[in-house]
Amino acid sequence: MQDLQSLTEQAMELVEKADGLAALDQVRVDYLGKKGQLTALLKGLGKLSAEERPAAGAKINEAKQQVQEKINARRNRLEQEAINAKLAEETIDVTLPGRGEEQGNAHPITRTLKRVEEFFAGIGFSVENGPEVEQDYYNFEALNIPAHHPARAMHDTFYVDPTTVLRTHTSSVQIRTMEKKSPPLRIICPGRVYRCDSDVTHSPMFHQVEGLVIGENISFAHLKGTIDQFLRAFFEAEVPVRFRPSYFPFTEPSAEADIQCTACGGEGCRVCSGTGWLEILGCGMVHPNVFAACDIDSEKYSGFAFGIGIERLAMLRYGVNDLRLFFDNDLRFLKQF
Amino acid sequence: MKISNSWLREWVNPELTTQELADQITMAGLEVDGIEKVAGDFSGVVVGEIVACEQHPDADKLRVCKVAGHPEGEMQVVCGAPNARVGIKIPFALVGAKLPGDFKIKKAKLRGVESFGMLCAQTELELGEDNDGIWELPEDAPTGTDLREYLQLDDETIEVDLTPNRSDCLGVAGIAREVGVLNRCAVQGPEIAPVPQQIEESLPVSLLAEPACPRYVGRIIRNIDIKAQTPLWMQERLRRSGLRSIDPVVDVTNYVLLELGQPMHAFDLEKLSGGIKVRMAEHGEELTLLDGQEVKLQEGTLVIADEEKPLAMAGIMGGLDSSVTEGTQHIFLESAFFNPLAIAGKARSYGLHTDSSHRFERGVDYHLQEKAVERATQLLLDIVGGEPGPVHLRELTETMPAERHITLRRARVEQGLGIQLADDEIVDILTRLGLEKIDQNDEGWTFLAPSFRFDIAIEADLLEELARVYGYNRIPSESFTAELEIAPRPESMVAQDNLEQTLLSRGYYEAITFSFIDSDNAALFDPEADPVALQNPISAELAVMRTTLLPGLCKALQYNLNRQQNRVRLFETGLRFVPGAELHQEQMIAGLAYGNRYAENWTGSKDSVDFYDVKADVEALLARTGAANEFRFVAGQHPALHPGQTAKIMRGDREVGVIGALHPQLQKKLDLSKPAFVFELSLEAIGEGKVPAFRPLSKFPEVRRDLALLIDADVPAASLVETAVEVAGETLTDLKIFDVYQGKGIDLNRKSVALGLTFQHSSRTLNDDEINAAIDAVVGKLEEKYNASLR
Repeated sequence: MQDLQSLTEQAMELVEKADGLAALDQVRVDYLGKKGQLTALLKGLGKLSAEERPAAGAKINEAKQQVQEKINARRNRLEQEAINAKLAEETIDVTLPGRGEEQGNAHPITRTLKRVEEFFAGIGFSVENGPEVEQDYYNFEALNIPAHHPARAMHDTFYVDPTTVLRTHTSSVQIRTMEKKSPPLRIICPGRVYRCDSDVTHSPMFHQVEGLVIGENISFAHLKGTIDQFLRAFFEAEVPVRFRPSYFPFTEPSAEADIQCTACGGEGCRVCSGTGWLEILGCGMVHPNVFAACDIDSEKYSGFAFGIGIERLAMLRYGVNDLRLFFDNDLRFLKQF
Repeated sequence: MKISNSWLREWVNPELTTQELADQITMAGLEVDGIEKVAGDFSGVVVGEIVACEQHPDADKLRVCKVAGHPEGEMQVVCGAPNARVGIKIPFALVGAKLPGDFKIKKAKLRGVESFGMLCAQTELELGEDNDGIWELPEDAPTGTDLREYLQLDDETIEVDLTPNRSDCLGVAGIAREVGVLNRCAVQGPEIAPVPQQIEESLPVSLLAEPACPRYVGRIIRNIDIKAQTPLWMQERLRRSGLRSIDPVVDVTNYVLLELGQPMHAFDLEKLSGGIKVRMAEHGEELTLLDGQEVKLQEGTLVIADEEKPLAMAGIMGGLDSSVTEGTQHIFLESAFFNPLAIAGKARSYGLHTDSSHRFERGVDYHLQEKAVERATQLLLDIVGGEPGPVHLRELTETMPAERHITLRRARVEQGLGIQLADDEIVDILTRLGLEKIDQNDEGWTFLAPSFRFDIAIEADLLEELARVYGYNRIPSESFTAELEIAPRPESMVAQDNLEQTLLSRGYYEAITFSFIDSDNAALFDPEADPVALQNPISAELAVMRTTLLPGLCKALQYNLNRQQNRVRLFETGLRFVPGAELHQEQMIAGLAYGNRYAENWTGSKDSVDFYDVKADVEALLARTGAANEFRFVAGQHPALHPGQTAKIMRGDREVGVIGALHPQLQKKLDLSKPAFVFELSLEAIGEGKVPAFRPLSKFPEVRRDLALLIDADVPAASLVETAVEVAGETLTDLKIFDVYQGKGIDLNRKSVALGLTFQHSSRTLNDDEINAAIDAVVGKLEEKYNASLR
């Protein structure tokens, strides 16, 4: 049994020394394999008496098991080391930027238009579109602005020919929609509009969202409620809103809605020309003449309309200080939105 | 409309500060644009009198004056004004005075002579534009009085930006009326009593242009003294309303215009031959206007004429020849009502806009004419004297504006405004506004609209008046209720938003460019088109409507390149305007790519973007339809694009877009150092997609075979694929081009194309024979059709 003791110790030592899986396996073959040295001891059991045999056999098997366990432990460690080495080798700099295409941005005007659309779509308004080169009839006549009406002077119209204009507002889409569809109606008409005016605060092309609600018993209080809620939702603030009487030929009564200046909180500053208020949109109750032009019974139906200048909203919302930036398409500008 | 606070207060004087008053009328719809002090900030300036005036011993241009007005007695002042002379009254800034601009007056020595104060010109006090010398005050100005007090300069000008419907407020009287209504207080104008005639004479007037001028009031005043001075108080009021003093007659007519809102005109009686004829201009007639402009009168222009010739453009501007001049002795005053429709647009058609046309276009009170003439006569007599004739009225009652009776139903007030108003309050508000209640029943009332309110004609107008006076901000804010119905939303429609998102996530930024462009630039991109031109463009650069979105994107590219942005991806959606029998306004989506394929990155690739990069972007758009296989790219031509790198994008037989590299010549013209790739597609054509239809998944293995074929270099890959698909049979599930090679080892005119074909049967495993047969059919057909050979 001295053999067993020393063989076992030998094997154990070799296991400990094995520095790779191959070496370890060699130890296993050499001692525990079919022709292994410890296995060979089992073969020598035949020389022992029947009484001695079971105890000796048990001892040898125990030794084999010890060695096997040692091998297993060693293998696990070696495997773990190998994995660790591989992981260490595969480590990368995760702070480097990712590969591939960068993400573009929608134009701030589109971003604002969509935001406005979403508020109204959420309460059942549908989006209507119309042509930009528009007949005088839809842009003016049907909106109760006959030829030579002084209000035309407010519009600085681009003419294509004497009866064709670039639409000066998206209110023209109101008429086109009322011609096609019957009340009740809840629509918004976003789009480009044009006025023959160009300076620091005027662009010859800009964007508007026109809204129109027609139903039975729609009142001025509903107009106020809608505008109030919209402006608060848009600016995400309990911003004071006020309504001033104004004049648009296609609405009666007409109003201009102002919000308290978002820059100074009503104290008066450069943004609001010291008034503490910002003109934000024009609105009013649909004029009976407009209903008449579209064959809608103004005894039965009433409605309101509003027109929102999108550039103005975007400038206030994002703090853009120059209208012209919207149409330069400078990437340094576009990347900010 | 500018009026001074003090003038308004003379009419109506509620207990409000100027700012409060301005806020109040703003909230009632008369928007106050600004409040400005009527004079610069100055103090220590008194009415002075030059009592002695001598030449300065050492300076030709200076005079040494003795000036009275200082509380301590006469002061010596050195003055350089050419009009300094004994006897005149002038503004005298004492030592210690402060002039506008924080300029302090100190004792000084000018060329050795002591000077105690300064004599002032209008401009030095910011009191007018006269800079020719010291300001000569009226003879009766009390010497020694503080100038601010004397001229009542502690006053403000209120500028009201009136909407076109409120012509009734284009005069002090109108604004005062409004203030009175809002404050429920009395409004009291000057007493205007008829001025008795002193002579019998009047001028015959014939109204020959019905219905343009249904009412005309005239009056002769003889023997006036045109040399008289307009009193300072009137000059000051005119100045505070933005008008210059001209001569007493013009000043008085302007004053009445500002006070009552009635434009008037004064003719030199001597220059008229015979009576007045109000008629339409005749062909070929000419007139020299007051401002010296000679105009050819258009037929349809209303004129005031005498027996021989046109004298004035009615309601717009007088004529030079018949105007009041320094030598005028006798005048004829005109105060008329011209129908707004007869005047509207006329001034503009001559490039004119006058205080008079501004008012007549919007509507002048048609009952105001006599009152205005009386007022003007009264003022004129006070200033220039003279003997007035009778007030001579001509009126065509038939063509006078019709009386407007408006019914207001009680129920409509609540329905329309969402408020309940007591009957008393309704009647009270409307009555104070000048409406007259003429009838009443269970349902409501009937009112007569006042002659000065051209904007009140229907029930809705009355609702506005009620809301305005009641206060828009007192009306509640309410949500409305509506019947909700689910609207149709075809799933096959591709939302524009999805298409835009696709490009955004592929690195494009959205641009918005002007819809009008330079016509030369338009021609570079679309030489065939005759684009829609604007009659009145802002500039030549914004003159024609775009027929393609590409010029705008290229301009934005240039803009960015000039700002060191060297990698540009832009897209835009919007209308293009294609002329034809009928103008076609078509929604397009267009994009542009320039510079490196990838944004600068540590991973390497500095390759430039090429056709296939942009094609992939377009294909991504087309994939959004769910019907990508309906689209084909066909080599094509486009005037702005590279002839060898342009594809038309077809859907069936319809051309729906184009993609390509900018033509090298255009690239050079646009000063681009690298090629730019662009595409443009009809949004409508790619907005129509397909609803997905499920196909069962096969449980059986798929088999892939690869083919490397040599074909003539000019055979489009797409043709190869199309033919292969046609003959490969139904079990072909996929076909990919996985390699294209041209160059070394291959005939110069040939190219190698590698196809990967995938076969699969839906209900069984395919055997080799079947697949071989399909491959043979493909190879055979390609050999036959394209002279292809297996490599």
